[in-house]
Amino acid sequence: MASAPSKLYADDVSLVVVLLDTNLFFWSSSSVSFSQFLSQVLAFLNAILTLNQLNQVVVIATGYNSCDYIFDSALDLNRGIENGRMPAMSSSLLQKLEKFLIKDEQLSKEEPEGRIKSSLFSGSLSMSLCYMQRVFRSGALHPHPRILCLQGSPDGPEQYVAIMNAIFSAQRSKVPIDSCYIGAQNSAFLQQASYITGGVHHKPQNLDGLFQYLMTIFATDLHSRSFIHLPKSVGVDFRASCFCHKNTIDMGYICSVCLSIFCKHQKKCSTCGSVFGQAQSEVASASDKKRKTPET
Amino acid sequence: MNNGAGKRINGGVEEDDEEDDVNGDLDAWERTYTDERSWESLQEDESGMLRPIDNQALYHSQYRRRLRSLSSTAARIQKGLIRYLYIVIDLSKAASEMDFRPSRIAVIAKHVEAFIREFFYQNPLSQVGIVTIKDGVASCLTDLGGSPESHINALMKKLECSGDSSLQNALDLVDGYLNQIPSYGHREVLLLYSALSTCDPGDIMETIQKCRKSKIRCSVIGLAAEMFICKHLCQETGGTYSVALDESHFKELILEHAPPPPAIAEFAVANLIKMGFPQRAAEGSISICSCHKEAKVGAGYTCPRCKARACELPTECRVCGLTLVSSPHLARSYHHLFPIAPFDEVSSSRLNDPIRKQQRNCFGCQQNLLDSVNKAGLAVVCPKCKRYFCLDCDIYIHESLHNCPGCDSFRHSKAATANED
Repeated sequence: MASAPSKLYADDVSLVVVLLDTNLFFWSSSSVSFSQFLSQVLAFLNAILTLNQLNQVVVIATGYNSCDYIFDSALDLNRGIENGRMPAMSSSLLQKLEKFLIKDEQLSKEEPEGRIKSSLFSGSLSMSLCYMQRVFRSGALHPHPRILCLQGSPDGPEQYVAIMNAIFSAQRSKVPIDSCYIGAQNSAFLQQASYITGGVHHKPQNLDGLFQYLMTIFATDLHSRSFIHLPKSVGVDFRASCFCHKNTIDMGYICSVCLSIFCKHQKKCSTCGSVFGQAQSEVASASDKKRKTPET
Repeated sequence: MNNGAGKRINGGVEEDDEEDDVNGDLDAWERTYTDERSWESLQEDESGMLRPIDNQALYHSQYRRRLRSLSSTAARIQKGLIRYLYIVIDLSKAASEMDFRPSRIAVIAKHVEAFIREFFYQNPLSQVGIVTIKDGVASCLTDLGGSPESHINALMKKLECSGDSSLQNALDLVDGYLNQIPSYGHREVLLLYSALSTCDPGDIMETIQKCRKSKIRCSVIGLAAEMFICKHLCQETGGTYSVALDESHFKELILEHAPPPPAIAEFAVANLIKMGFPQRAAEGSISICSCHKEAKVGAGYTCPRCKARACELPTECRVCGLTLVSSPHLARSYHHLFPIAPFDEVSSSRLNDPIRKQQRNCFGCQQNLLDSVNKAGLAVVCPKCKRYFCLDCDIYIHESLHNCPGCDSFRHSKAATANED
């Protein structure tokens, strides 16, 4: 019957894609243990699934060396693995997570010291956006998707371009990116992501009560957000950092060719090699400019 | 350049006249089916069942052809990111013709609005101005500015068509305006030409040479037929000339001008532009904003040099002239500087290869690649990370996302492919 399903599809059906930070370097130095964190997240995922019969949850793990899908509530594989101690959903998620973590560790390689140990946030964000395009293609009746990032790792500056691309694409598809930052400092990337896409950003003060923060702030579906008060973002810093010293600047100089930001007037652009004030005699020598610009 | 387009349009018009005379007793609804017979393109499969028209494979092959032609040259072509574009709209009598429904000018106005929004989305630091040609005289409708609403509102008010069209007057006017812009900006003109003639006061070849010397890149989209003078203009100045076949083709052609074009080497003088990155004013602060000239509470931006308040970004500070942007505006253009490589096609036989069974699903959306949905049996693979993607993810990644999920999801990509093999 065509009319019956449409009655079931209320405004508040949501699809939540959770990006779970499993960066080993972050969790080894965090105040709360990964197992405590995970138990609160599992309870939260169960709660979302009970809020509405048609809700869907997808979990993508963001590791240090790789990212992968861990759980999809729409698949039927979860049914048969029921063991007496915990619901089927949790056990399948935990099994896959364990496999992922083992594989992620195997991919480790020796790295020079001093690099910021950031997780591959841009990769999992891109994967979640591709998944959402599939949901949009599936027809007129589909849950409203949103992304929830549970991140604690510091921002990796080499991912800036990729993360901004993903944010603009999410803004275009009208997918809000909520973020819950559980690390020590502030994450500028997460704040910008939530601000630009219209999501909610929050940094819980007490990580023991993480479940309460998740339930009261991040469980709200998109329709209800128009009449429920959620934490507003204050003080999102949109100032840029200069490419030469990485300081945030109020006023700077922009290369008209490659849009690199400098704090002082220079004769030559260090990113694209253009000499300022002269007409160029050849196409920009961008052969040394790689996708992940080294110093940005 | 669509050389065949002009001929087809001319032929079509003549045929319609003949048919009207001969088939004068056809109802209006029957006339729409005289040219288009979609039932004839249905196919049957082996058992006699109707095969659904596979639009997806057609769409994807068109998309890949376009992508290949765009990126056939090296990916690292310098693009003109700071653009000053004039849209010249021909409001001569020919623009009120009704071969585009409801009239050419209505179609033009609708798509110019969509184009302006898309242009500012992709080029936040650029500026647009509108010039109209009416009764043989070109006049400036809006000055170069960065706010889409002001252009669209001004355009929608003045859509009356009359008189002749004059290419030379339009080019002279635009040349005068574009000579005043800073040297690091890329000067462009987009002409939407409906007429089949031009009434010029002097030698248009001289004007074309003048435009060429001023380094203005002129492109034309014709709605009637191909004209030699437009083709010559575009060839001389390095622009593109195309003629629209119908409304959807026109939309495609005009939106092709939204992404930044390749920059011609001698035109681009690299310069350092001073810009400010204002911070958001504190909630509850009261100040007089410089654009509306009235007192406003909170939610504005403070110019770092003169502390005047501006309502939105990007803009130029009205008091001190400093360009005010925020870092996401710059970041919107970064994907032009770091494009991703197009994916390679994978034949269905390779997909069924038992060794590849590990990658049964599309890496981005986890859809089964061997599904019946994908009857064409096509998948694509990223040349760098060797991950498989479905056709829809391929289109989405290259048109909107500009990141390869596979490359971004593996820190040490060579190790990953070694494990796969």
